[in-house]
Parts: sequence; C-alpha cells; structure tokens
Amino acid sequence: MIGIRADLTEQDLPEVYYSIQDYSSSNARWCPGCGDHAILTAVQKLCREKQLPPEKTVFVSGIGCSSRFPHYMKTYGFHGLHGRAFPVAEGVKFRRPDLDVFVVTGDGDCCSIGAGHWVHAVRYNMYMVALLFDNEIYGLTKKQTSPTSPKGTFSNTHPKGSVLPPLNPIQSTLGFANVSFVAQTADWHPAHLYATIKKAHEHPGFSFVRILQRCPVWMNHGFSQAVAKDNSVTLLDHANGIELDPQVRKSFKQVIQHDPSDILKAREYAELEDSLPLGLFYQNTEAERYDEYGAHNLHMPVKERLSELNGLLDRYAI
Amino acid sequence: MDTIVSPPRGSKQPTKKPTVLSEAIVEIVSDSGEGAQKCGQSLGAISAKMGNGVWTVEIIPAEIQPPARSRAGASGIRVRIGSETVTNMGDHAQLVVAFNEQVPYGRIEQRAYKPGTHLLIEDKWRNDPTEKIRQEYTEAIEQFKVLGADVIEIPMEEECLKVVKNAKKGKNMWVLGMLSYIYSRDLEKAQQQIRRIFRKKSDQIIQDNINLLMSGFAWAEANLDLHFEIPAIETDQEMLVMNGNEAISFGVMAAGIDVCSMYPITPATSASHHLAEHMEAVGGLVHQAEDEIAAIGFAIGSSYAGKTAVTITSGPGIALKTEFIGLAVMAEVPLVIVDVQRGGPSTGLPTKVEQGDLLSVLFGDPGDAPKVVIAPSTIEECFHFVILARKLAESFRTPVFVLTDANLATGVSAFPRPKVSEDWFASPIDQSDWEEGVRPYEWAQETGLSQRPIPGMKGGMYTLTGLAHDEESHVAYDPAINQRAAEARSRKIAALQLSLKEPKVFGADSGDLLLVGWGSTRGAIEEAVATARSEGLDVSSLHLRFMSPLEPGIKEIMQRFKKVVCVELNYSDTVGRPLIGDHNRRFSQLAFYLRGNTLIDIDSYSNVFGQPLSPIRIYNMVKRMFDQYHAQLKAAKS
Repeated sequence: MIGIRADLTEQDLPEVYYSIQDYSSSNARWCPGCGDHAILTAVQKLCREKQLPPEKTVFVSGIGCSSRFPHYMKTYGFHGLHGRAFPVAEGVKFRRPDLDVFVVTGDGDCCSIGAGHWVHAVRYNMYMVALLFDNEIYGLTKKQTSPTSPKGTFSNTHPKGSVLPPLNPIQSTLGFANVSFVAQTADWHPAHLYATIKKAHEHPGFSFVRILQRCPVWMNHGFSQAVAKDNSVTLLDHANGIELDPQVRKSFKQVIQHDPSDILKAREYAELEDSLPLGLFYQNTEAERYDEYGAHNLHMPVKERLSELNGLLDRYAI
Repeated sequence: MDTIVSPPRGSKQPTKKPTVLSEAIVEIVSDSGEGAQKCGQSLGAISAKMGNGVWTVEIIPAEIQPPARSRAGASGIRVRIGSETVTNMGDHAQLVVAFNEQVPYGRIEQRAYKPGTHLLIEDKWRNDPTEKIRQEYTEAIEQFKVLGADVIEIPMEEECLKVVKNAKKGKNMWVLGMLSYIYSRDLEKAQQQIRRIFRKKSDQIIQDNINLLMSGFAWAEANLDLHFEIPAIETDQEMLVMNGNEAISFGVMAAGIDVCSMYPITPATSASHHLAEHMEAVGGLVHQAEDEIAAIGFAIGSSYAGKTAVTITSGPGIALKTEFIGLAVMAEVPLVIVDVQRGGPSTGLPTKVEQGDLLSVLFGDPGDAPKVVIAPSTIEECFHFVILARKLAESFRTPVFVLTDANLATGVSAFPRPKVSEDWFASPIDQSDWEEGVRPYEWAQETGLSQRPIPGMKGGMYTLTGLAHDEESHVAYDPAINQRAAEARSRKIAALQLSLKEPKVFGADSGDLLLVGWGSTRGAIEEAVATARSEGLDVSSLHLRFMSPLEPGIKEIMQRFKKVVCVELNYSDTVGRPLIGDHNRRFSQLAFYLRGNTLIDIDSYSNVFGQPLSPIRIYNMVKRMFDQYHAQLKAAKS
C-alpha cells in the first residue's frame, strides 16, 4: 500500500493500515463544546500514529460523562462501575501483557468514589495510561460539587458555594508510593494534549495524566482565566519532558525548566496557585511494575501444571 | 529412622483388652498456643490412615492471644473417629483432654460434654505456687465431678519432664501418645505423622517428640483403665485428608483457574493462603487487592480479558462486592465467587458458622439479577463444586456462587482422591478471530445463551457495559430492549435447570416429615434422620445443592410428605416468643425461599448460636414434633 504525506510525498504503508475511522465508533453524545471531544480526537490520533491493533487495545472506564469514552472507540471497551475502573483495568492487564490498556476516569470517579483504587493503581504501577478528565464538577448527575471544585463553587449540593478547599490530583498522585509518571495538560491546547498522551503511552508503567477539561454546561467559568490569559498557564519544559513543536512552545508566555526526575521540585510546582502548570511533573522508568509480576508465570505447559498439582495432592494423600 | 521404638511396658496390666466402639468423640482443649490443635489433627490423620472415618473441627477463641487459663480463651479441637464415614462433628464428647481446669468451662456451657464424659486434666495446677490457682483447680475438679464427669488427673508435665527439659513444647505429643494408647492407634503411623509435621525441624526435635509420644503411650498403658478400639474398614481407595478451605483451593487449581483475586477476611482467608502458597507453581497467581470491591473488580477484569478468575470472601465481603456482582450478571461475565459464610449481619461472628448469606446472594442486587448458586455439603464437594462452578460460569456466561461456611472451612475429613483431568485446564475460550456478523450478545431465542468475544479476537470489538444494552452491547434507548435482555438472562438459568436431575431423598420417598437442608448441615441432618428412623419415626430428609436454579421436582417431593421443615443455620422467629405468632413469624432463609417457590406451608427450624448443628439437636426437634403431633391426635380423639 502507498499513502501520501501532507507534503504530497509518497509513503510505504504496511498491509494493514488503521485510519482514524478504524478507531471511531458511534458519534459521541457529549454536549456541544465539551472538552471531551478534543480528548477523543487526540486519543484516536495517537492510536493511528502508533497503529495500535484495535483488537489489542482496551479502554476501561468508570461512570460519568468522561466514562462514556469507550463507547466512542472501535476497540475493546469496558464501561463498568462508578469509581472502579482501576481494579478492572488492572485485572485486564494482569495476565494479558499483550493488551494496551487505557483508563478513562473523571474527577468524581477517580478522586471521590474511587479514590482508594487511585492510590493503589499508582502503587501497582502497571503498564497503562490513566486519563483523568477533570472538569471540577459532576456532569452526568447535573452539577454537584466535585472534590476538585474550587472553594465557593455554586452547585446543586452547595447552593451557597462549596465550603472546602479542593483536592489537587497532581499533588496527591505525587505523594503516592511508587509513582512513576504524572503529567498535566488541557483540552484547549490540542498539540500539548496530544504530545502529553503520546508521552504517557510510551512510559513503561502507570502514567497518570490530568486533563483540565471544560464543561460548558455546568461549569462554564471553569479554567476561563487559564484559557483567556496567557500568563495564567505555565509550561513545564525540559528535554526529558513533553515533546513540543517549537512553534507550539512559543505560544506559552510562561515557561519553567523542570527536570521530571526531580520529585521534590515536581511537588513544589504542583502547588503553583497563580498559574496552572502544564507538562510532565515526574517520570521514573525504573519503578517496580506489578504487571511484570503478573505475567511472570504465564504459558506453563499443561503437563507441568498437572504434575505440580498431583505432587501437591500427594502431600494430602493417606 | 523408620524403625518403631517399642514402648516401655507398664507394670500394672501389661495386656488389657480394649472395649470395641463404633465411634468416639475426643476433645483436646488448652490455652492458645499449647498445640492442642496439632495434637488433634495428628490424631485425626493417624485415624484416617488407619481407615477410620474422621471429622475434626477446631475450637477457636475470638482473640489471637487470649489471656492464659481463661474460660473464653479455650483453644482446641474436636476429633470424631468412626468405623464408618463421619460427616459431622457429632454430639457430646466421650473424652476430653484439658491442659488446665478452666478451659473445659466454655465447652460445658456449649453442652459439648455429658455426664460420664472422661475428663483428663493436667494435674500440675494442684501444686501450683499460687494459692489462687491451687484453689481454682480443686474447686473446678469438684464441680466437674458434681456435673457427672469422670475426672482423671494426669501428671502430664511431670511425665514430659522425664523426657525433655521444657515441657511447654511437646506436651501435645505426649498427649497424642496417651490418646494413641486409649484408642489403640497404630504407633508406626503416629511416628510417621510426627516426622511429617516436624519435617522442617532438626532430627533432635523429631526424636524428642517421638520419645514424648512413646512416653505418653507407655504411661497410659500402665496407669489408665481407658482402652478402646474403633475398628476401621480397610479400603484400597487412595484418600486425601484436608479441610474445606484447602479443598476449595485445590478445586481452584484443578479447575485451571488463572487468577484468584482476594482481600483478607475470616473465615475465607485460609483458602487464599493455600492458593498463595501453591497456585503459582500450578500456573496461576493470587492477587491481594486493596479492598473487597477491588478484589472482584480485578477478577472481573481478568475474566473479561479471557482469563479464568475466582474471588474468595465471606458475608461482609459479599456485601461490598454486590455492585460488581450485578455488573457481572448484567454484562454476563463468567466468574466464580466463593462465599465462606460466617455469622452476620455486619461484622457478626467472624469465626463462627452461619448459613446467613443465602438470600443476600440470591437477591442482594438491585433489579433482577439471576445467577447460579451452588452449595457443597461435604469437604469433598468443596473440591468438585469449584470445578463445576468454573464450567457453569463459562457455559452460561454468568457469575457462579459457591456457598460454603465456617464449619466446612475448618472441618477436616478424608475423601477419595480425585483424578485430575487435563480437560479442566482448558482455556476458557477459543481465541481465534471472531465470526463476522455475530453480535457480542447474540442471545439464543430459547435459552438466552450467547458466545462472548474477548480482547485479542479480531472483529469482536465491543464495549461491555453495566447499562441496559442490546445485542450489540449498545446502550438501550429503546424500552423494549431491557425487557428482552432481562428475559434472556433469566432463561439461561431455566436452561441450566433443564439439565439438572431431581435430588434424592434420604430415608423414604414419602411419609410424615421431611427435613430440607442445604450446605454443611447435611451430615448432621442425615445422622439425626437415621437415628429417628431406627426408632420408628417416619422422617426423611432432602438436601439441596443447587440453590439457583433449584433442582427440578422439589415441590413434588415435598407434596408427598405431611409436613416439611427447613433445617438450617440462620435466624428464624419461634412462635410463642414475645410478640411472635403465626401471623408475623419470620422464617429461616431457605424456608422463605422455598415457600415462595412452591406455595407449600414449609416450617423452619434454625438458630444462630454460631455452632455447627449437632445431630442430637435435630433429633430432639424431630422427636418433639412427633410428640406434639401425637398429643394433638390424642386430644382430637378424646
């Protein structure tokens, strides 16, 4: 097969070539203007770029607007229970190292009802990408306060404004044991979004990506400052960080050089309040991986299994 | 090492003739950590090797290290040895060995002993330096005598010190020697047992323990009048000895299950411990999840990805897993769920037995969530039912519950060694490409059955969902879909029922009274029925192994009896207690379920003492019913 590049030069293609259409299922039913559309596009683009076989790719989600995501992919999908995407994804990966696993979760799903699993998913550090679609509000259930809602958010559960300071998912994740990849990006920066998801997918371990995602219906002011004002976003840049086209890099007015192997600095930047940091906070490719443990004794011949079992039964024989 | 050390001959009566018994119940009770359980397990193993029927059950204090010499802290074991197969723990102990005089009290309260029970008590407390202890000892001995026990004081520690320097370790093996004499156990087998249990220890330790065994035997021979024999029936069949949780673990491994995903909970954990130790070598792995919910979610994820999975838990764990169980039903994910039941509700009685989860397992989910529920009634069935569960889970694309309980979990008995089959290891699904055009839920019109694609299969891509969905697994926006899908899931259970046979009645096919039980109570119920029948009472019993779907023909069987009573270990109201009458009494769980299913006026007999049902309790209940019935007849005549 032959394809044609954007610059009209010819390119040899493999026998099977997956196009964007091969990854798209039904039309996404998110609201018009929802940030989730941009994320879907970036993910489908990554699948095509990496030529991921659809039958070897699994998207696991919980419940919420974000978690409808697998339905819009033409891969294998698991749209499970509220807050429980991580355990399911871990079970999928445990004995199937050949599968490419993505988790799609939201701020309520991950940081509230499923927070316990989040802590441990980071610690298990299994080879998968976790995408946290954080719009700082409950969408599907119609405007309740989320753990990441800024203090004072008017919602149906806090009509006079929410009373607690929000949880910072980046700061939290950087505090969990065996953390290996933490990045932040935003739906309104498609190039940065794509580059971040790509970097996450290439990371050999559990990559946690918080995507700041706008909800035009219930939280239309969310991230509005960051979107409107250049200086309210800071790019965390580094040779080992998110790879960006120089043109894209230039569009960021504030840039900090941050070495993603420095976890202490990463924690410091996670707490930046005036200007939202986007980029790779932390990466450690050496962290222990539970999926390697899970796959260590696969494909044992049946005869060997039988003989082990019979040997064990001998010990209980009289 | 294998030569037999001859016991030194006692001086009194060198050759006593043993009294022949058809069975004996022995209890060994001590403070926690004194080795009573190891002693009893060894006695059980030796007896099983001799060809006797054996059932052992542990007596477990609720605390890990209860205070010494406390009544509630009694730890120990009951061993029932018979000439024929033993199926339950039986009634009263014939003989008790107590390492101090306080530990029998708790057992007396639980009516484990009767007048005439031989109570063999360590006598060192009589001369204890503390006056309070000396006093407690003499008072207790007097009390036990008043209660009718045949108290025999035994110089256990004194005799042990003749053999070893530290009597704390090893007293249990001296007692094993003593019991070996009392019950004419084979000394060669006893020595083999010691070598086996101390196989990781030094030769010196093994020799010390063998010396203690021989010393206990010799002392008993020289000093005791108790001497029995329990003839064994020789069998050529190779037998295995294990407890119910070990049998579950072996079932998991023999079923070729790939992933056991669990969270620690009493009394289920020991099954997972056994798997943690051995499953890896047999080609599977245990995952200890961060909580009960994650444990089942992980198992469901594995199963979705085409790996066979089991999760093992107890009642509180089931409560937490309920939402995922509903998902497995809705999305038709094969899964084996083992529930080793304990006393509930809430944290309840963690170490004690109850059959309290039946209704929550059957009906715990919101909406209609039909699933397969099976209940092994013996330790042997614990093994085979896991293999059956895996098969049913895959054939019917459904979660399958295996309901056992604390009684089966800790009870030990022997059963014929199963021949492990290569077929049991078969991969759950043919992993070739998915057939074009077949939908992920292609429900067969009549049976509701369908094949499932798994990740890796080309052309089978779909998104599993817990939302109501159509054959494509697309979210149902059309109301007719939900009705159709619910019917398909329900019909699968009906399809399974078609393949089941009518259960067999124990006793006669018709008559006055039918007892209906399920799970671990079978041995006790059938023993009570046999006793009652031998006395001319027209009673039979029916034991259910399939709780969902129910085996066919149950209603017809019940209709052939004048009265039907469910006998089980969970709560039911007793008519006549304050506020309770026929208008508002709450029935036991199986009775509640069967009344609805059969429209027969089934009675229930149940309790939540946390103890296994004993044959005598059931027998007494049966006797009472017949007495009342005859009294009513008499009153009607006059």
